[in-house]
Amino acid sequence: MTTLIDGLSLGAIYSLIALGYTMVYGIAKMLNFAHGDIIMVGAYTILTTLNITGNPYVAIAVSIVVCTVSGIVIERLAYKPLRGASPLAVLITAIGVSFFLQSIAQLIYGSKSQSISLPDFGKVSVGGLEINVNTIITLVVGGIIMAALTVFVKKTNTGRAMQAVSEDKGAALLMGVNVNRIIMITFAIGSALAAFASLFYLMQIPSITPTLGSMPGIKAFTAAVIGGIGSIPGAMLGGMLLGLIEKICLSIPAIGPYTTAIEFSLLIIILLVKPIGILGKKVREKV
Amino acid sequence: MSDIVLETRNLGISFGGLKAVQDVNLKVKKNELYGLVGPNGAGKTTVFNMLTGVYQPTTGTFLLEGEELKGKSQEKINHKGIARTFQNIRLFNNMSVIRNVLVALHNQPGFRYTPFDAMLHTPKYYDCEVRMRDTAKELLDVFGLLEERNNLACNLSYGTQRRLEIARALATNPKLLLLDEPAAGMNPNETAELMEIVKLIRDKFDLTVLLIEHDMKFVSGLCDEVTVLNFGTTLAQGETNEALNDPEVIKAYIGG
Repeated sequence: MTTLIDGLSLGAIYSLIALGYTMVYGIAKMLNFAHGDIIMVGAYTILTTLNITGNPYVAIAVSIVVCTVSGIVIERLAYKPLRGASPLAVLITAIGVSFFLQSIAQLIYGSKSQSISLPDFGKVSVGGLEINVNTIITLVVGGIIMAALTVFVKKTNTGRAMQAVSEDKGAALLMGVNVNRIIMITFAIGSALAAFASLFYLMQIPSITPTLGSMPGIKAFTAAVIGGIGSIPGAMLGGMLLGLIEKICLSIPAIGPYTTAIEFSLLIIILLVKPIGILGKKVREKV
Repeated sequence: MSDIVLETRNLGISFGGLKAVQDVNLKVKKNELYGLVGPNGAGKTTVFNMLTGVYQPTTGTFLLEGEELKGKSQEKINHKGIARTFQNIRLFNNMSVIRNVLVALHNQPGFRYTPFDAMLHTPKYYDCEVRMRDTAKELLDVFGLLEERNNLACNLSYGTQRRLEIARALATNPKLLLLDEPAAGMNPNETAELMEIVKLIRDKFDLTVLLIEHDMKFVSGLCDEVTVLNFGTTLAQGETNEALNDPEVIKAYIGG
């Protein structure tokens, strides 16, 4: 049972990151491989602000702002000039941006891992189970954010425009949708979600290195593909599934060491059986 | 001259060495139904693509109500008042009928709210959303689509999709509506219905319409004036029946 809740909470982190991948893919039709490194940017921002102010809540707020702004800046400087270029060129640029961010972090903070002490709310016992409060916070806040995002896409002007751009960019332009603005907003939302993900990640593993974002980034990308890339509910489902599988595998000693291999094998199996992912295409809510 | 809505001056475009369209001079008067006809490959859709900013003209320019729009981006041109439909229907297929229209309403001055309004669900947000839905419903009603409003666009019949495309274009509140083969693939009944709709919306929305069509009955029954293109150049221009009966035009269509 504890494993299940741990799994869902890790899944919430993966889902938040996967949403960034999937939304950017749906709207800009590109794989933003630098997305994982936004988590790293968020983590270092939390660390720095925490050292300066000592207030974790200020640190979180600053990290959200910094992540959102860096998402927008990266889009403007690196990706916007490549609008309409071949997908391969965009992909290589994204990998370049990823290395760039990691190198910058290494220049500023060095390559050694740094530890961070976020407030620990201890444990509560629910029905005889000892559960970390941090885990519950991750799960609840993550859930609220995802619900809010779903409502945002369904019920607002910007959400509708996002869906229209993902369906047919050309037609959306001719219907007066400012596509550049929509792409910018998408990057901003994706990066803000990454900031939350970095916070939750640090609450589970409180140490920071310049390559911190790589592994959760790649796993979240896997989650997005499993769920069906381009689909928002798909990213949520894929993230939760991957988080659960990871925690369940880790809890069984016999297969624990092979957890990562199992996760990526799942990706291969899904790609073989249903290349569009579990909720890909068939689902109507596509952004 | 103030009653000229659209004017093109020596409009032309080359792709590499190929002059796809050259020296097109149109003067479309207010509330006029104007036809752009010609054999396949004559460059009609290319003219539309220039007028909506999809292609940048290499020569000449065009003006909407005296304002030069050449070089503006596609969404700017749309905001200035040119809307269009497509030869091969391009609806947002996986969205409901009403959502298609709501997207087009999205940047209208009266319906603008910030993402913050949306996140906090301010009264302004609710007010805008309600008015947008009302406007969209009115528009759908004109096209007889109100009953279908919650169906997905891809599940509509072909003729209905064409009507929805016109409704969506109208939602952007244009001064000039460009219709690219609106009657293509329609049966005679639907075509007759469409003619009525085009006349109706011209009056109801105070529109000027420029349309491309191969169905000559449709053109002669509807258009006040036409321009005939062939191989990217103007073959004939003027009052519809006169221009269509021009010997050069007949030659271009049936060869010889």
